[in-house]
Parts: sequence; C-alpha cells; structure tokens
Amino acid sequence: MLSIKNLTKIYGGKNKAVDDISLDIEQGEFIAFIGTSGSGKTTALRMINRMIEPTSGSIEIDGKDVMQMNPVELRRSIGYVIQQIGLLPHLTIKENIVLVPKLLKWSEERKDKKARELINLVDLPESYLDRYPNELSGGQQQRIGVIRALAAEQDIILMDEPFGALDPITRDTLQDLVKVLQKKLGKTFIFVTHDMDEAIKLADRIAILSNGQLIQFDTPDEILRNPANQFVRDFIGENRLIQDRPNMRTVEDAMIKPISVTADKSLSEVISIMRERRVDTIFVTRNDGTLLGYLDIEDINEGYRKGKDLVDIMHRDLFKIQIHDKLQDSVRTILKRNLRNIPVVDENNILLGLITRSNLVDIVYDSIWGETPAGVDEA
Amino acid sequence: MSEFFSNYGFELLQKTWEHFYISAIALLIGVVIAVPLGMLLARTNKLGNWILTVAGVLQTIPTLAVLALMIPLFGIGKIPAIIALSMYILLPILNNTIIGVRNTDPNAKEAALSMGMTRLQLMSQVELPLASPLILSGIRLASVYVISWATIASYIGAGGLGDFIFNGLNLYDPVMIIVGTVAVTVLALLTDKILGLVERYAVPKGINISR
Ligand SMILES: Nc1ncnc2c1ncn2[C@@H]1O[C@H](COP(=O)(O)OP(=O)(O)OP(=O)(O)O)[C@@H](O)[C@H]1O
Ligand SMILES: [Mg+2]
Repeated sequence: MLSIKNLTKIYGGKNKAVDDISLDIEQGEFIAFIGTSGSGKTTALRMINRMIEPTSGSIEIDGKDVMQMNPVELRRSIGYVIQQIGLLPHLTIKENIVLVPKLLKWSEERKDKKARELINLVDLPESYLDRYPNELSGGQQQRIGVIRALAAEQDIILMDEPFGALDPITRDTLQDLVKVLQKKLGKTFIFVTHDMDEAIKLADRIAILSNGQLIQFDTPDEILRNPANQFVRDFIGENRLIQDRPNMRTVEDAMIKPISVTADKSLSEVISIMRERRVDTIFVTRNDGTLLGYLDIEDINEGYRKGKDLVDIMHRDLFKIQIHDKLQDSVRTILKRNLRNIPVVDENNILLGLITRSNLVDIVYDSIWGETPAGVDEA
Repeated sequence: MSEFFSNYGFELLQKTWEHFYISAIALLIGVVIAVPLGMLLARTNKLGNWILTVAGVLQTIPTLAVLALMIPLFGIGKIPAIIALSMYILLPILNNTIIGVRNTDPNAKEAALSMGMTRLQLMSQVELPLASPLILSGIRLASVYVISWATIASYIGAGGLGDFIFNGLNLYDPVMIIVGTVAVTVLALLTDKILGLVERYAVPKGINISR
C-alpha cells in the first residue's frame, strides 16, 4: 500500500506546487492524477520516487517511509514511464528493456528471458530486441517504454502522461494494453494525464488536482455522478455529464407517453385509435390505468375477422420495467429479448410510459457522440 | 634531393617518430584531463562557462610565448613541451565535451536517473556515449593542432620535425624546411584520417542511425 500524508512541495519559499495532499492507494489499484497544466501532478508523482524531495509530509510504501530509503534503490524498485519515452538511443531495445535488471546485476540468462517475455507481452516480434530505438515508431517505442518499467518486477509503476504525444489510435491501443497488463500483473499504477476520457477509461480512482491541492479523489462513476464542486464540474465538462446520461438517467427521463386503451373498448374503436396514432402496438389497461396486456396489429386483424372481443385476444404476459429502474437495465432487457418496446409501470402496475427501441437508439448515439447536432435534432 | 635523403633519411624517420610521440603523449594527457573535467563542468552552469572563457583567453596567447614561459618553470626539453602542448589542447576537447554533454537528450537522462542510475552510471553509461560524437571530433581537431604546434616545441629543445625547419632556417636550406613542413603535414593528415575512422567505429551504432 502507498500512503501519502500531507505531502507538500514549495518552490522558492512561497510557490506551492503541491499543497498538503493526502491519499491512500491500495496495492493493485490504477490511480489517475488529473488536473490542469501546472496543477502539480508531475511534482506529486516525482516525489514518490524521490526525484523531487518533498518540503514536508510523508510517503510510505507498505509502511516504510521512503525518506528513510536509499533513493537509488527506491527508484530501482519503482517503474517509471514518461511522455517523451526517454529510451537510450545508443542501446538496443533489449538493453533498454533490461536497464534496471542490469543495474540490479541480474544474470545474462535471466535478463534475456525477461526481455523476451516482455516484448511478447506487447505484441512486438522478438527480432526487435536487437534493433535500436530510432528504428521503431513512436508507438512502438512507448511500448518499450512501458515494459522497461516492468522489467525489474516493480510493484509500483509511475507514468507521467505516457501517451500524450501519440496519435489517437495508437494511444487507444496502448491504453488497452496498459489496462490489461495492470489487471494481469496486479501492480499499482499511478498515471498522470490531462485527458479525462483516458482517466475514466483506465482508472479505478481518479485524483483531481488544482493549484497543488487535491480537490476530489474517487471512482470515475462517483466523480461523474457527484462532482465535488464547480471546478470539478467544469473540468469534467458539461458535455461529459450529459454523455454519461444513460448511466444516470432514470427510465422516467427517457420514456415516452404510451398509447393505450381501456379494456372495455371494442376492436373497431381500437383499430381507429391505432390508425389515428399510427402505432402497431397498443396497451390495454383497466380504467384506473393498471396495465393488463397489449395488442398488436396482426392480432387485431385476425380477432376482428373472427368477431372476438378485445380481452379474448390480448397478450397478458409481457415484459415491463419499473419507473425507478436504471435506464441501462431497460436497454439490456430490450436488446436481450429483442423487443420493439417495453412498457414502464409503477409499483402498483399502473402504466406510466414506454421505452421504444428507437428512442433508446437516440440515447445510445447521444452517449457516443455527445448531443445530437441541432440541425439533425430538428430534422 | 636523393642526396638529401641519403644524408638525412634516418634522421627524418627518427624526428618524425619523436614528433609523433610528443604529440601523442600531449594528446593523451589532454584527453585524460579534459574529458572527465568537461563532463563534470557540463552540469555546472556558471563554472563551466567561466572555465571555457578562461581557456579561450589562454588559447589566444601565442604558442611560442607559452613555450617560452615554460622554460623558467620546467626548463627545456621534452617534458615542458609536452606540458605546454597538453594545456593548449585542453580547450578544444573541453569545449566539445561540455557542449556534447549539455546537448544530450534530457529525457534520456531523466529516464535513466528515474530508473535508479547513480550519477556515475549516468555519466559513464549515458552522457559519455551520447556525447561521444562531439568529444571524438574535439579530440580529432586537437590532434591536428597538437601536431602542428609540436613543430614549434623544437624551439625549447623538444626535438621532432621542428628541428628540420629551424635548422633549415639557420642554414638557409630550403629543402630542409620543405621536407620538414611536408612531413608535419603528412603526419597531421594521416592522424586525422585514422581518427576519422576511429570516430566512425567508436560512436555507438544507435546514435549513427539517428543522423
Ligand atoms: N523546479 C521547479 N522550480 C520552480 N517551480 C517549479 C519547478 N517545477 C515545477 N514548478 C512549478 O510547480 C507547479 C506544478 O508543476 P508540475 O510540473 O507539477 O505541474 P503539472 O501538473 O505536471 O503540469 P503539466 O500538466 O503542465 O505537466 C507549476 O506552477 C510549476 O511552474
Ligand atoms: Mg507534468
């Protein structure tokens, strides 16, 4: 466990780069530090491996105060990845990967095995081990940067905007890769980023920093649901709060008004209502609004020809959802059962609304691409 | 001409060798002092610049004057000549070492330190190889300087090909002067060529690829 207490770094006697930050990080957690430029993310990160000495406060790893450790040994026990990659150009990829194992005087055999194992982990051919960094693309180089940080089997990996300089597709691939590695290896990752999407995608918990202070430290869900203050709201961006609507919106927000008839209507009345409203399904309720069942257009045709009553032909067994259910669940039910729509009822089975496939589609699209552009909306 | 070689051939070889080893020893001393010193000075801002300035000023003192100043301190002969020459070539090597180390990729250094290299490991395993192209070209430049200045060192009794030139001047013998001069030039060119080859092979492979 990594425990940071009242960590402060003051430059030039007054400029507080990191201001009294406290947080506890569990073994195996993926933590993102996020904040605007100059908010102290890098400074906080680099105090963990003592590349920067704190002005006050403490950092403990598994109960041991890092200030009591030899800084060189400490750094060898913590993986580190930077945005600028920082491979050593005069060393081969293999030599780069096993840099720390070499400092730790591992045997040739063990280094060799490790280099092979790691390069396979990031889907690069073993023949690359003999190349030089300049013979690799930026994305490939950063893969090496990542595995170099794992080579000495460090338990804690620090990453300072590791993918900031990569193109979006490469970045996405590497994010997935890092997430998989972290899950697989059970290591603690502390990841600095500017990018909220990246933080949400990767982190178990996100630490939001502003002016050196820790504003909020929580799971992505909790931060999106309950931003601590206006700064966090602004930082997340209204856009994203909206984008997150499917998670947060209840069924009530998303449902539309259903077309229904009471059970005492005749089939010809039902047909004229359906034609008028242009629907192919109609719900049947009691006078008090209790949902009884539904009819669809083929059933009505047949029943009409045979001269049956509404109550004889309606379907009584149907899927329905509760008004306070999460919208996600209704999406799941509709997709799984391959339904065209699903009625919404309250706890007394009173029909309140309807979720259709097509309005779910709109919501899903919204959540992927943000709000529908105004022009399309009105069309 | 052939008469000259039959009279002076052996002496020419001997003086050339003398010239070569005076230069080589001076160069070696210069490298041994200037490279580590430059690597240390590179991380200091003010001191490094200050030393470079002082060394630059020293460089402008005429070689002959420096050699003359050596006499009261160390007497005459090879030793004072070698001392003077190695002082003289400190500058180009120092200069290139400091610039070379200062220009090494800060990200590579930051990564290396963050992963737990000691200062010494950083210097020997990162800074030195990364700065090696510039350091080697500094050494190559210095070798040419030292060979030409070693000629003047004959003035304080160091021997070498300068003897031919000075004797030629004294005896009004242009052939002697020309032979001496050509021999110095050939020696300088050869050394330059050889060090050029050394440079090609000594610079780490990965760095060449980036160029
Ligand atoms: N060596 C230093 N001397 C003085 N001030 C510094 C030093 N390093 C950082 N600072 C200041 O401390 C503050 C925090 O810097 P830091 O690099 O930690 O920010 P950051 O959150 O990593 O920013 P970015 O997102 O731009 O990387 C900034 O105001 C910066 O100017
Ligand atoms: Mg930073």
